Amino acid sequence: MRTISKKWFFVTLVVTILLTTPIWLLVSFIFEPTNENWTHLAKTLLPEYITNSLILMFGVSIGTLLFGVYSAWLITQYQFFASNILHWALLLPLAIPAYIIAYTYTGLLEFEGPVQSYLRTIFSTQTVLQWFPEVRSLGGAILMFSLVLYPYVYLLARAAFASKSQQIIEVSKTLGASPLRIFFKVALPMARPAIIAGLTLALMETLADFGTVKHFGIPTFTTGIYRSWTGFGDTTTTAQLSLLLLAFVITLILIELWSRRQAKYFTHQKNQPPITTKITGLKAVIAFIICSLPILLGFIIPTSQLLAWSINSAQTSFNKEFFELIWNSFYLAFFTALITVIIALLLAYSKRIQDNKIIYTLVRITTFGYAIPGTVIAIAVMILFTTFDNYIDSFMLANFNISTGLILSGTLFILVFAYTFRFLSVSLQTIDSGLSRIKNSMDETAITLGARPTRILTKIHLPMLKTSLLTAFILVFVEVLKELPTTLILRPFNFNTLSVRAYEMAADERLADAGLPAILIVLTGLIPVIILSQIMRKQHA
Amino acid sequence: MPELLVQEVSSSYGKIKILDQISLSLQKGEIGCLLGSSGCGKTTLLRSIAGLQAISDGKIYLKDTLLSSKIKQTATELRNIGMVFQDYALFPHLTVKQNIAFGISNLNKGEQQKRIVELLELINLPNIAKRYPHQLSGGQQQRVALARSLAPKPKLLLMDEPFSGLDIELRESLAKEIRKIIKSENITSLMVTHNQNEAYAISDTIGIMKDGKLLQWAPPFTIYHQPTHPFIASFIGQGVFINGTFTKHKQINTALGILNSNNDFKDGDEVSVLIRPDDIIHDDDSKISFKIINKDFRGSHYIFTLLLPNKEHIICLSQSHNGHDIGSQLGIKIKMDHAICFKNC
Repeated sequence: MRTISKKWFFVTLVVTILLTTPIWLLVSFIFEPTNENWTHLAKTLLPEYITNSLILMFGVSIGTLLFGVYSAWLITQYQFFASNILHWALLLPLAIPAYIIAYTYTGLLEFEGPVQSYLRTIFSTQTVLQWFPEVRSLGGAILMFSLVLYPYVYLLARAAFASKSQQIIEVSKTLGASPLRIFFKVALPMARPAIIAGLTLALMETLADFGTVKHFGIPTFTTGIYRSWTGFGDTTTTAQLSLLLLAFVITLILIELWSRRQAKYFTHQKNQPPITTKITGLKAVIAFIICSLPILLGFIIPTSQLLAWSINSAQTSFNKEFFELIWNSFYLAFFTALITVIIALLLAYSKRIQDNKIIYTLVRITTFGYAIPGTVIAIAVMILFTTFDNYIDSFMLANFNISTGLILSGTLFILVFAYTFRFLSVSLQTIDSGLSRIKNSMDETAITLGARPTRILTKIHLPMLKTSLLTAFILVFVEVLKELPTTLILRPFNFNTLSVRAYEMAADERLADAGLPAILIVLTGLIPVIILSQIMRKQHA
Repeated sequence: MPELLVQEVSSSYGKIKILDQISLSLQKGEIGCLLGSSGCGKTTLLRSIAGLQAISDGKIYLKDTLLSSKIKQTATELRNIGMVFQDYALFPHLTVKQNIAFGISNLNKGEQQKRIVELLELINLPNIAKRYPHQLSGGQQQRVALARSLAPKPKLLLMDEPFSGLDIELRESLAKEIRKIIKSENITSLMVTHNQNEAYAISDTIGIMKDGKLLQWAPPFTIYHQPTHPFIASFIGQGVFINGTFTKHKQINTALGILNSNNDFKDGDEVSVLIRPDDIIHDDDSKISFKIINKDFRGSHYIFTLLLPNKEHIICLSQSHNGHDIGSQLGIKIKMDHAICFKNC
């Protein structure tokens, strides 16, 4: 037994060290003295990065709460027209990456767009110009983020409202509280930890975003990091800027961990089926509007716009180059998903077999990639492998007079490496929950029935884990397809993916041409939403 | 030679001793039951016999073959021991038939089928072969788990709290049925439980465990009527202790009167005497009577608590027809051949 333990421990340790080295290397830049670029940055742009990031976070908090919380409450408490469809449809915007919704609304709301053009037929050009708000602004960005990120809040708030408060809500009713009073005085305070946890996830995504703020011309950390890397080529300043962003993220992680712990206090283990009240008339109409508006704005309108663009540009866009784009994106996503699932499986088993605190902590550290912005991970990975390549090169040159040049930098390897770190937790969570269904007593039963380890693995574990493995694979696959900044920074020269193409087209003000790659991303993004809604329905039943 | 022989088995977890020199044996076809509160080590003993846990001292034999010792551990899969777990651990992705077939994959298809049909008949569920575990009730799952572990005809069957997941009304009837099944297969069995009624219903021999020690290993009747340890006396059945003084001729002087004993204590020894409710018979014509200080209604009978002159209490069962009130006197007879007593420390 003891030798097996050591092996697992060693493997876990190696995986953790390998995957997190880039981040540790990045952190070491704290001790590097700042240079004149930093001094310049600190005087000019840095205050702006910080204010913009704070305003965005504040605005997105309000936006996601507005869209996510009350709709979750209505869905769990009442029955009204289409409420059982809205129940899962409220998750649909999750399929759209923020940068893509930003492109669609820019197309819709800019001067030449359909909305302003229509308004000009009614009012004078002058009036429309004067009164129509600019979508490419901080306010616009807040709206975009809120529209696609509120499902995080909705999801956790809904679970909180549905699972725990039923009895307490009934008690409140018997004590004569009105529905609105129950919502504000009972349900909301009880669901607060869950809502905060959802909110921190939305804010992590906001901080991680690159495509939206870049397109809207809002200087924030991610665009700043990208600029100082591609513009100045200054490793130290880029790394230090990344660290500052990391500090914001760590604060969010701590808040998330804290609120999840709090949420546990409030959660009843008993999962009674929630009892919904049927409402009709004006009340039902209002409830329907509140719950369908986020879906309309966050999914139906942008997808329709993307579809319209795709159909218009279909003849010119469907060429050899486009299929190469699809092929690139899909095999990259496929291999990343495969590798990530294998590593996650390894870590999940290590945790199961060992059940010891050190392993737990190691695995925990390895999974923090989900919170770290893609831009930061990309920069960290880039710095590590450039250092590595340069070291090998100078070593070989000095000893054998051979220049090896860049071995790993600029290859798909580092891209897959970065993705794996970023998306490991997505797959690990799924596999963990699958593995927890296989109780120890099942293994032991199989042993008493004479089964050897290989038979236990092939006849019991693999069949029981099949669905979780597939789900984990799909989730990572889709995340890779959506991810923009990591791909943009780390991709090999001339290597294009769907997300990069959408970004390039939008950057060239050719929004209509961004439609086709964008709609493909959204359509694949729907798969995990469907999986999620299915899991929700199962919990309901 | 017994089928199962456990010799002075000890097991420790770090410095904590979980099992302390346990010895017991089971004859072929005998059903044993380890009874004790949680944490007493009964499950650890079961797992040690199954080979799922190593022992630090002692020996475990199954029909002359040494399975476990300080240095030797036969792998579980080679022991030919069946085990039913508390949560049944049915494989959720396999049908009932596939679950039962899991341990007999070495047989050919025809033999497998024959054994499965035979077992399903035995557990009285002939029509569920194609169902999945989640489509079965708790009691059905339990019997399927039993059938699965019986399939390879193990030399020994171990059951860890097999009834704890079931409704209380179901437990005893199922325990009786399980006893019938095991007896018809003539498989030596050892079960663990914390419920006395289950133990009575299923077992030939009961072992009482406390703090890693096996206090007594005897038939249910003996455990109840001749407990060898004060813990057993209070753990099994109802009863109270009253103080007494040993006198000559094996008699005990108590507030209840003079009682006979089998023990060999010295004249003048202070002892605690076990008084069971069934030792005290309600009798209105008796000259002995005590004051009623509490009465609890239990449907078919009342439980009276009586006050002895020295302020000690005893309890007495009586038919619920009689209407004695709290504060009045209740006449009793003592029906006790030999009192169970333990020397006070």
